[in-house]
Amino acid sequence: MTGVLGELLITAGVLVFLFLGWQLWFNDLVVGGRQQSEALELREQWGPDVDVPGEVDPASFGEPVVSAVPADREQFANLYIPRFGADYVRPVAEGVGTRAVLNTIGVGHYPGTQMPGEVGNFAVAAHRTTHGAPFNRIAELRIGDPIVVETADGWYTYRFRTLDYVPPSGVEVLNAVPAVADGQPTDRVITLTSCNPLFSDAERIIAYGVYDSWRPRSAGPPAEVTAALGNG
Amino acid sequence: MYAALWRALPGPVWFRILLVIALVAGILFSLVTWVFPWVDSLVNNQEVTVQV
Repeated sequence: MTGVLGELLITAGVLVFLFLGWQLWFNDLVVGGRQQSEALELREQWGPDVDVPGEVDPASFGEPVVSAVPADREQFANLYIPRFGADYVRPVAEGVGTRAVLNTIGVGHYPGTQMPGEVGNFAVAAHRTTHGAPFNRIAELRIGDPIVVETADGWYTYRFRTLDYVPPSGVEVLNAVPAVADGQPTDRVITLTSCNPLFSDAERIIAYGVYDSWRPRSAGPPAEVTAALGNG
Repeated sequence: MYAALWRALPGPVWFRILLVIALVAGILFSLVTWVFPWVDSLVNNQEVTVQV
């Protein structure tokens, strides 16, 4: 009888390792690939890319257009971060519900925070491990790395500035002026939040970026994202 | 247990090996498709958002 018990225990151990392999690796590949193709499908609804010859001065596009606030769970933007991979693109939906948005669609926009290109704070959240892990490599960002947001209206390029680490209750990172209460915003910033350390959610890791430039859709995509659009 | 299961399989050895491969593939498929997502919904509560 002890032989049977031993075999059952070994089987249980194998199943646990299989589950971990599935959760931390295989399912990330499956879900991450699905999120990427959903992002590329989403941008097809916004019309074909315009190929503008020559380099255009970004200042000539004027102030960035701010899109209307989307409905709950609506996918309204794509996020490109070349540091996470040359072809990295993930869809962004309104809301940060774990099951409704983060476990499936990928990146969630904190309701009540500003929209891309708006003066204030465009704040988003995503998983760092499991469920496609859109922000898996968030700690690898370097100063000046482009963080590009695409909406139906155009392209908003932010530049990564700094990382921060806060407790799970650190909602001040979502303020229009991050970490400042009742600040009057004059800058456009992007805030990415995820869990920290890896495989734990004892803290939150925060990545801040500052607005760099804007291009209307008619001006074509910025050079930073051409690799991601190559197969699209 | 597994020895008894092996003996319970019909046919010659090559056929039993094929059968075992098919059974293992079927088990892996159902784990990945149904069991693991279900377990994941029970155990995974990793929070990535800041909230009060």
